[in-house]
Amino acid sequence: MFGRKRKLDDFASEIEAHIQLEVERLRGEGLSEEGARAGARRSFGNVMHAEERFYESGRWLWWEHFWQDVRYGLRMLGKSPGFTAIAVLTIALGIGATTAIFSVVDAMLLHPLPYAEPEQLVSIQDDLPGVGTRDVGLSEPEWQDLEHSGIFQYVSPAWFDENNLTGSSEPARVRILIVAPNYFALLGVKPQLGRSFNPEDHSPGLLLEVLISDGLWKRAFGSDPHILEKSVRLDTDLYRIVGVMPPGFDAPGRSPEERNIEVWAATSFYGAPMSDHPPRSRRNLPTAIARLKPGLSIEAARNRLDALVGALEKQFPEEYPLQSGWTVRLVPLKENLVGNVRQSLLLLLGAVGLVLLIGCVNVANLQLARANARGPEMALRQALGAGRARLTRQLLTENVILFLLGAMTGLAILVCLKGLLLRFVPEGLPRLNEISVSWSVWLFALAASLGTGAIFGLVPALSVDRLDLTGALRRRGRGSTGSGEQARMRRLLVVTEFALSLVLMVAAGLLLRSFWDLLNVPLGFNPENVMAVRTRLPEPNDPKTDIYRTPRQEAPFFREILRRARALPGVEEVALGDTASIPLDQSLRDLKLISEGQFFFALEGRDTIESNEPAVVERSSVTPDYFHLLGISLLRGRLFHEMDTNDSPQVAVVNEAFARATWPGQEAIGKRFKSTRADSPWMTVVGIVRNARTVSLEEASVPQVYLDVYQTGAKRLEMLLRGHLDIALTAEQVREQVQAVDPTLPVSGAQTLSETVSASLAERRFSMEMIALFALTALLLAGLGIYGVISYIVSERTHEIGIRLALGAERRNILRIVLCQGLGLALAGAAVGFVGALIVSHLMAGLLYGVRPADPLTFAGVALLLVGVALLASYLPARRAIRVDPWAALRHE
Amino acid sequence: MELLQGTLDLLILRTLIFGSQHGQGVARAIQETSEEELLVEHGALYPALQRLEERGWIWAKWGVSSNNRKARFYTLTAAGRKQLVKETNKWKRLTGAIARILGAEGAEG
Repeated sequence: MFGRKRKLDDFASEIEAHIQLEVERLRGEGLSEEGARAGARRSFGNVMHAEERFYESGRWLWWEHFWQDVRYGLRMLGKSPGFTAIAVLTIALGIGATTAIFSVVDAMLLHPLPYAEPEQLVSIQDDLPGVGTRDVGLSEPEWQDLEHSGIFQYVSPAWFDENNLTGSSEPARVRILIVAPNYFALLGVKPQLGRSFNPEDHSPGLLLEVLISDGLWKRAFGSDPHILEKSVRLDTDLYRIVGVMPPGFDAPGRSPEERNIEVWAATSFYGAPMSDHPPRSRRNLPTAIARLKPGLSIEAARNRLDALVGALEKQFPEEYPLQSGWTVRLVPLKENLVGNVRQSLLLLLGAVGLVLLIGCVNVANLQLARANARGPEMALRQALGAGRARLTRQLLTENVILFLLGAMTGLAILVCLKGLLLRFVPEGLPRLNEISVSWSVWLFALAASLGTGAIFGLVPALSVDRLDLTGALRRRGRGSTGSGEQARMRRLLVVTEFALSLVLMVAAGLLLRSFWDLLNVPLGFNPENVMAVRTRLPEPNDPKTDIYRTPRQEAPFFREILRRARALPGVEEVALGDTASIPLDQSLRDLKLISEGQFFFALEGRDTIESNEPAVVERSSVTPDYFHLLGISLLRGRLFHEMDTNDSPQVAVVNEAFARATWPGQEAIGKRFKSTRADSPWMTVVGIVRNARTVSLEEASVPQVYLDVYQTGAKRLEMLLRGHLDIALTAEQVREQVQAVDPTLPVSGAQTLSETVSASLAERRFSMEMIALFALTALLLAGLGIYGVISYIVSERTHEIGIRLALGAERRNILRIVLCQGLGLALAGAAVGFVGALIVSHLMAGLLYGVRPADPLTFAGVALLLVGVALLASYLPARRAIRVDPWAALRHE
Repeated sequence: MELLQGTLDLLILRTLIFGSQHGQGVARAIQETSEEELLVEHGALYPALQRLEERGWIWAKWGVSSNNRKARFYTLTAAGRKQLVKETNKWKRLTGAIARILGAEGAEG
């Protein structure tokens, strides 16, 4: 467009030509050269005027002005490098941090899932709110009902497991996902090599085919191109590898272990090794995902599902007693993945947004101070005929440049530090590998910098409007300027800063207290000097080939590895347990929940459970030494002993919480209970132990039962070792000893219990640290803000202070006056901030532990801290004020 | 007689219907055709030419005048021709209406 525009000199030469032509015409009429020239000019009118009108008519004037402003702005910024550096760094910090958090939010909350038409994907969750449990998994008949309901294209349960893989270099433990054959059709993903399962395959038992991940293909098979001709042994069964999934493909799991899947196997969830006609009550399918029929909204699907559930409840009143309140929930798959991380992330984004705002307020404040200094310049330019709109525009351009520079700096730092920053993000967060500085992140950064630049640039720009021309010019060369309006504006900005900082500080304070309380909560067990190592016994599809089929067959193996481990150097105590016995281990959460960690129970002598009583109990199978090793003390009765075997009646040790909730006011020892699973034996309570926070750090009394591993058996084994041990070395020694007993068994997952406890706090620690960091930044910025304003007030009043001092005012009083001004600003900010903080703290109540949202101690502490910072920030300029030499101050005039 | 607001464009377009012309020629043509009744300030002509060129009603290129002077020549485009017809009709309707009103008033008075 502008390329076709005419240049001004082209226009000028056209006018010149015109005048020449006119002169010639007039001379032709007989005028003298001079007369003709005068006549031509007269009839043309004002040449300058014509040129100006031409010039202003062009749209390119806008651009001309724009470039002028940009050049001028850059020059002005270059002239005050100190100001520019501080402003650019402040903005870089704000924009950089905000963009960093946004990139995480973008990857986890905004990006569509990397599957075909992800909006049709849902997670299916069964709740039994009547007995106080959620997400209990579904049974095989329920899955069939859902498949044939007409609501879904496909439904696939997913069953996470760990298996022993042989057939590659060394026996390895692989993460395996057992799914329905329609799983890959459901997700709409094709393997990079080979094929996926046939979605129509409904044959009973496990399909003897697997797909493997790209990672496993590369690691265990060296990217073998002939992999499709190979078979692997999972446990002791042979499976043909039919496909390799593309790199980057992963299962949509909630915990890190449910992702990072290496092998996919398929089954129709009935037939050996599972039961032929699984009962409805056997909720052994922990999770399920589904794809909605095309065109069906999730609301419509929910309505139809509710109708289906109602019909099933009528049809099977035995399996679905009304008081349990069975419901089936559909959660968009994306939401399900992110789960409770969402709240923390949004809090972080809010917090970092506040930091950005405070930073911007600071920059605006600096700008105002500079606008004062530039008052004479502006006045002069106005006097020379610059329009107000033109000056405003120029200031605005200058600001936007400043913010863009800041944003570029921030982004540059972000891109450079990306790898380092990602290391601070806890591993447990979903979709971590999708975090990138994508175009939406760039767009966000651009929008954020332009937006804040425009808004906060308007503050100094608008002050041009109120410029008092003659006043500003007259004051030229005399240090202080500034209208009352501007001073008020600056105070307002500082009050805003303090209010925003208080909100952040309160949020950080509450999170810090929650975290501190959790760290210092009495655990009820002692994780110090305890480490755990995992192994797993195989579960072949054909039970006849299983040498560890019954607890009786497992017992010699248990005894032998315990004996060998006890003899290892440095080992003081050893115990065995199943996966659920490891305290606070988040990694196998869902696995524990369904297959090992929990069961529904029934009590002897009672037909039904009242709706407000617990129906689910946490369980773990352990050896007798477990309690002493972890320091869980026995209150009454006895622990397990040698006489408890596969042949003797099952016994249970329960915790206080279970005893009290189940048999309130009665002696629990001697009472019997059983799992609601049909084949479950009655279990007799023989001992009561103290509550230990082994299931959840947050909850003091979770009902728990411990069973004897020699009676129940266990496939996924955890060996606990106490002593002053070198983890890596001991893990290697345990591997040798275990494989000396059975060379096919993998040994993995060495961890110290202290690490496990600390890892269970990782997400909390992350959000707390981030918020605390933001809050400190905010506090620093607010302190700088108040320092600036008080310095300004002091310099403005130097003359007045000089007079006061000359008239005999005490320095103490001057100090008090100045400090009071700072304090006044801080208190005003704090008062406003209190209201905001109360709102925010109630919104984040779900993230708190052991502290009320309106915790007076936190609020008071934060307010005190803010006042302290305000006093300090005002004291520095105040000290300058009282050192004023009255004579110098008066001569200053 | 000063030009009425907005009529300059119409006059320029009308002048150019006889062929391309430079600015001074347009100014002279308007003055002469109106038998020196209309006074065009030549300076005002150029922003108007600029405007018309931007709207695509005329186009311009540098050339040589009859007396061998370099000058910028303006030519009517097809769109300009259409615009001229439209404007002319509008003008005729307007002047007709005004004439009727003034005529009626004159009869009464």
